[in-house]
Amino acid sequence: MINRKSLEVWVGLFVAAGILALAMLAFKVGNLTSADVMNSYKVTGRFDNVGGLKVKAAVTMAGVRIGRVSAIAFDNKKYQALVTMDIDGRYQIIPKDSSASILTSGLLGDQYIGIEPGGDDASLKNGDSFLRTQSALVLEKLVGQVIFNKAGESAPAK
Amino acid sequence: MNTLHILGRIAINSVERLGRAAMFLYEVMLGSWELVRRFYLVVQQVYAVGVLTLLIILVSGLFVGMVLGLQGYNTLVKFGSANSLGLLVALSLVRELGPVVTALLFAGRAGSALTAEIGLMKATEQLAGMEMMAVNPVTRVIAPRFLGGVLALPLLTALFSAIGVMGGHLVGVGLLGVDAGAFWSQMQNGVDFRDDIMNGVIKSVVFGVVVSWIAVFEGYDAVPTSEGVASATNRTVVYSSLAVLGLDFILTALTLGEV
Repeated sequence: MINRKSLEVWVGLFVAAGILALAMLAFKVGNLTSADVMNSYKVTGRFDNVGGLKVKAAVTMAGVRIGRVSAIAFDNKKYQALVTMDIDGRYQIIPKDSSASILTSGLLGDQYIGIEPGGDDASLKNGDSFLRTQSALVLEKLVGQVIFNKAGESAPAK
Repeated sequence: MNTLHILGRIAINSVERLGRAAMFLYEVMLGSWELVRRFYLVVQQVYAVGVLTLLIILVSGLFVGMVLGLQGYNTLVKFGSANSLGLLVALSLVRELGPVVTALLFAGRAGSALTAEIGLMKATEQLAGMEMMAVNPVTRVIAPRFLGGVLALPLLTALFSAIGVMGGHLVGVGLLGVDAGAFWSQMQNGVDFRDDIMNGVIKSVVFGVVVSWIAVFEGYDAVPTSEGVASATNRTVVYSSLAVLGLDFILTALTLGEV
């Protein structure tokens, strides 16, 4: 039987390694560090169609992630989707007349919100909303449009 | 008539056994409270079921991660999204393979040893001897082994997943030439701490309780002969594997919430 001291050393090593592995999973594999929602502020935007946008999708500006989508609801007065975004408190510099559009990363990738900065000196505060938005591109509609246009081109040529 | 008779007996026996197992778990939990003062007993068992299981866990984790890297790369490259390899490896390990494979290996390596040890103690009347000396065998022998298993399995699972991700990195980045930056950034974007990592941790805690429970109960309940110990050890491995796989489905369905 192994003596008491080296047994305790081994168990200590084992526990430390286990906790270290969990910490590595949390910080290196997971996104615990980037989940900075402590001092974030909320802005909203109304979209005609959010497509496949999901809660927790990224909100980016110039391609850099500055926040995430916190809620998607349906506004039954305006028949639009109301998207609430949590923006990192470090970026309180989004001009008031910025526009938000729903974009897709890659051809089949996730959808996210990209913000194009405007030129206004005043910036968005907690609870404000984007005045200009652009909906998600729905691939089926796009394909339908192309087919429709093609048909329209070829029909009068006969 | 005879068939009905046998069926009824099997049903009554198994329900009775389940009831005994539940009462036994309650007793073990009560015994666990008293171990706060004698924690060294638990440390000894963490060594026996945790540290000594480390080698098989680390080697399997490394190879599972490497195989995931190879297989995932071959599939993903067809869709031109080989950069998501890190995400694929990390998610499959953290959510599924880590907890389940570790629990299965744990049942085979540590659970069977626990059952055999306790069963032999019973067969050689060591447990009865303790009772004669007014030492409660549940507190002295069973509870430390149970707690040791419960503490060790989540730690082993974390190590398995971590080294598996390393294995995937080794094959994906080192061998197949996936970009290291994309590998890690896709992983960090896609793996959520609460939804994915905590989900795996909860699974591993549940599996730890179930596997240790089955192992100590089968040992304590074994027929005190060499045959009885053999079949109890056999049952430990079979029952805990089945329980782990069944519970895994239930836990996944609960946490995904889409069933």
